[in-house]
This record gives sequence, structure tokens and C-alpha cells, in this order.
Amino acid sequence: MEVRVSNVRKEFATFPALHDVSLDIKSGELIALLGPSGSGKTTLLRLIAGLEEPTRGQIYFGEQDASHRSIQERNVGFVFQHYALFRHMTVADNIGFGLKVRPGATRPSKAEIRRRATELLNLVQLPGLENRYPAQLSGGQRQRVALARAMAIEPKVLLLDEPFGALDAQVRRELRRWLREIHDTTGHTTVFVTHDQEEALELADRVVVMSQGRIEQVGTADDVYDHPKSPFVYGFIGDSSTLPVKVENSQLWVSDRPIGLSITDEPDGPATLYFRPHEVDLLDDCGGCIAGTVVASRRVAGTRRVELEIGGARERVEIELPIEHPAAQKSRIAFRPRRWRVFPSA
Amino acid sequence: MSTTPAQAGWRFKAPSVIPGFGLTLGFSLAYLTLIILIPLAGLLLRSASLGWADFWAIATDERTVKALEISFGTAIVAALVNVVFGTIVAWILVRYRFPGRRIVDAMVDLPFALPTAVAGIALTTLYAPNGWIGHLLMPLGIKVAYTPLGIVIALIFIGLPFVVRTVQPIIEEIDKEVEEAAATLGANRWQTISRVLLPGLAPAIVTGFALAFARGVGEYGSVIFIAGNLPYVSEIAPLLIVIRLEEYDYAAATAIASIMLGLSFAMLLVINLIQSWSRKRYG
Repeated sequence: MEVRVSNVRKEFATFPALHDVSLDIKSGELIALLGPSGSGKTTLLRLIAGLEEPTRGQIYFGEQDASHRSIQERNVGFVFQHYALFRHMTVADNIGFGLKVRPGATRPSKAEIRRRATELLNLVQLPGLENRYPAQLSGGQRQRVALARAMAIEPKVLLLDEPFGALDAQVRRELRRWLREIHDTTGHTTVFVTHDQEEALELADRVVVMSQGRIEQVGTADDVYDHPKSPFVYGFIGDSSTLPVKVENSQLWVSDRPIGLSITDEPDGPATLYFRPHEVDLLDDCGGCIAGTVVASRRVAGTRRVELEIGGARERVEIELPIEHPAAQKSRIAFRPRRWRVFPSA
Repeated sequence: MSTTPAQAGWRFKAPSVIPGFGLTLGFSLAYLTLIILIPLAGLLLRSASLGWADFWAIATDERTVKALEISFGTAIVAALVNVVFGTIVAWILVRYRFPGRRIVDAMVDLPFALPTAVAGIALTTLYAPNGWIGHLLMPLGIKVAYTPLGIVIALIFIGLPFVVRTVQPIIEEIDKEVEEAAATLGANRWQTISRVLLPGLAPAIVTGFALAFARGVGEYGSVIFIAGNLPYVSEIAPLLIVIRLEEYDYAAATAIASIMLGLSFAMLLVINLIQSWSRKRYG
């Protein structure tokens, strides 16, 4: 089922949580809504589910306007961060709940509901746990049951709100791979919310990066990482270093020295240079480069992070060096970013 | 669910490393013995002096049987009514914000604090055939004061806070997400309440029922004003005990009291069993 969010605005009291957000989700796609807390990602998910009503704008399921349809009518599967399982019901009853509450005409028989529950438990790799209560399961198992319960109603769209947020790192990684497999076998259109960029980049077909109630960029993992469209995306996805620069005569300047990077489509004036700390070339002599004094050096896993003070304004930037690189011993390092982007200063 | 396995024989659960177990347990036992066990033992002893045949005669006396029926019957009915309305009151107090909510919240405790005789007199004035409410009900053929119905109303008044105050904290704990989950799965409001919310509240509701019931069985002050105290019709067992006492028939009084004690104990035991069963299920 395609989902189209069209110019949606959502206000809580008078505080706008979403400003004019539009998003097209293709049928069968796995989409991540990624952003810091307060970016409106959960609000957007809840709007799609019908747990909130938009202040303005429409949400279409296929061709139909679902904006004002009730939650029950929308037929979405929703998975909550804290599972929200019914703790007085067994696992099988939890999974079968959505079928049991259907009106008589469309309700499957008891045996059929039971069979579906068993089938779904096998799908989420928890065979044989039908008669357990949620309190008897681990966090990862509970979330699998929650997903099975959401899928039992054959939803048009599967929505997951920080599904792995309450789990520890190892279980998260495992469930991430597992969710991808489930998605590939069942083919549900799936939207999940996360603040974990690794999760979003690894799992999703497309990532929707959000900030302060707006969509900053929509794209594949490669798009958002390699071609960030805004300073926010550059800073939020992956590591980045920034340096205030000046654009003049199609050249970038730091403290009245050209740094050997030329640019054509940026107007003259103050700007900010963004680059990835590991995408730098170290230079020996500095005829047009960024040079700075080493003020700190830290070993981080397989690389060494060096903090430099650049120019008279003593701006600090961070770059990454291979562990054995001799430059780490020096007190002054010159480099030039291999890939970079300039955004005009706000 | 972390249920400790059945322990072999009698053993104290390993106390925590923090000292105080011996002292607090000793104090509790001494206290319970002085306040509860010794008086109850005295009661049983006194009624035992009666002899089995006499005891049986008092127990099966029609006036005693009727009084017990009325006491336990009205207490059960009142507790059931309180379970329904107390749960609704608790729900409203937790879920909705409205002007005067805190006042209503405070008012729920009034039956705790009010001298029960005052409550009885007030209710009687209202429900008497010429009272504010009584004269409206009279033409409909409903007589409240001086009937078992009046007793039920007094006990509802007395028992309400027990249900509200036991159910309220549990409603506060209900996760809103659970309701939302039920809605996304297609459950309408009624299904959400009956299948998701109420089963979760069941243990607390049973506790509230037990408390309201126990309070109702023992209630005296408010009931005697509204009941009319007609033997065989609206005479409660506690009143019968007082009547026997006033006749200096201490043996008969303690005999009826022992029977009440036994019945209350049995009913509370059953309620507790239901409760531990439901806790085990609904954990």
C-alpha cells in the first residue's frame, strides 16, 4: 500500500510539532524516519497510524484520503517502543487479539486464529511460546511478539516506533537483521522511527532525515551520507568537522589565506566548510591548505583522532589519521579535505 | 514472573543484610497478639463455654440466621455496587481533568472520616418517607429507609472509598500505549475496556471488593439509624449482638460474634484465593 503524506501540519496546543511535511512512501518500501528527539518523527508516524489527527493536510493510503478515518478503520500495524503487550494474555492471545475483536462476519474461527498465531510465532522465530505470558519473556522476545501481533491483522502498513530503543546493543543488531528478513519475506510497506543513524542507514531502503518538525532530506543511505543537502544532515549523519571560511573570488579562505579549494556556485561572503574527518589528504608543504597546531590526540578504535587549532581565530577541527601515521608525532599538521561542502553561514 | 518455588518445610525467607528483621518481626508479632489475637481468642473461649448444644441452638435460631443473612447479603450487594461505581469514579478522577476534580477527589475520603452515626442520620433524613429523596421514591412504591435497601445504601456510602482508593493507583499505572495498541488492532472502545483494561484492574477490584465487603459486614453506626431494626427484616447481626449484650446474655453475644468471625474469615479466604489466582494469571 502506498502512503502519501501531503502538506501535513500538526500543532500541539499552539506548539507546532510538524510544519508542512510531505512524503511519498512506495508500496513495499522500508522507510526510516531519523532525527534527534523533538524532530517530529514520532508525531509523523502517529499521524500515519491515526493516533493523532493532522491540524492541516492529508494522508492518503493508496488513492483514498485516510486523514479523518479512525485508527480502527485504517488497518495499520503499530509496534511500540515499550511493546505495549497485554500482560494478562498469553502470547497466543496477544497475537490473536486483532482477529478476535473483529465483528462476527469477518472473524476467523477460534482454531483458525490459533493456527495464525502459531504461524506468526514461527515467522518471528519464537516457536512454542504460545502459552507464555509477556512477563516471562525477554525484551527482545516481547518485541518480536509485538511485531507478530501487529502483523496478525494483515495491515496495509507496518509502523514501528523506535522498535529497538529499549533493547541492549547486541539484541538490537540481531533484531535489525531479523526485521530486514521479515520485511523481505512479507513485503509490507514499513515505516520505522529511530534516532540511531546506524540502524536507519543499515536497515532502510530510504531514510527520511528530520529536524525541528521539518524533513531535511529523503534518500538512500548513500544519498544522505555522501550528498547531504543541508548543514543539519551533514552534521547529523556520520562524523563531520566544520570550519568557518570566507568565499572570495571563487576561492575558500581561512584567516586571509587561501586553502586551495575552489568553488563556483557560492556567492562571496562568510560560509562554513563541512568535511568528514577521515576524508582528508595530509600535505607536507603548505601552499594552499589548512594547517594547524595539534592540541589533542586520541586513539579511537582503529584510528587516531587529532584536534587542530587553525589560524589566528584558533578554530578547532578534528581529523582522523591512521594509527601508524608519522604525522601524529608532529606538532603541526597540514591537510586538505578530499570531499567537502560549503554552506553559507546563516 | 518471578514466583519463588515452594519451599521445603518452614523456613524464613533469607532476610536482607540490612539489620532489623528480628526486631521488626518480633514487634509485629507482639503487636498483633495484643491487639488482635488475644481478643479474638477470648471471644472464642467465651462462646466455647456455652456448650455445643446451646451454641447450635443460638446459631440456628431464626432471628440469628436472618440477621446474618441480612448482614452478609447487604454487604455483598453494597460491595458489588461499589465495585462498579467506585471503579468509574476512580477512572474519572485519574483520566479526566475538570474543574473541581481535586474537591471530588477529597470528597471520596469523607466516609472514612465522618462519624458513621452522622452518616446514618443524614441518610435516614434523606430517605425517610417524608425526606427529600424518600418522598420522591414513595409514589413509585420504593421504600428505602427502614428496609434492607436502606442498609445497602448506608453500606454503599461507607464502602465507596475502599474501592476508589484501591483501584485508583492501578488505573494511574495503565500505560496509554496499551490502549493505543488495542485501537490499532481494530478493537473498539468497549472491547478495549472489557478485554484489555478491566482484566488488568481485576486484582485491584477484587481487593477493593474485599475491603468494602469486610467493612460492610462489621458496620454498625450508620446502619442502625436507617435500618429500622425490625427483627427478621432489617436487623443486622452486629445489632443483635448488642441486643444480647444489653440482655446480659454474653454467651449468646459471643456465639453470634464467633459465627460472624468464622463466616467473614471464610469469605475473605475465598476472596484472597481468587486474588492470588488472578495475580498469578495477570501478574
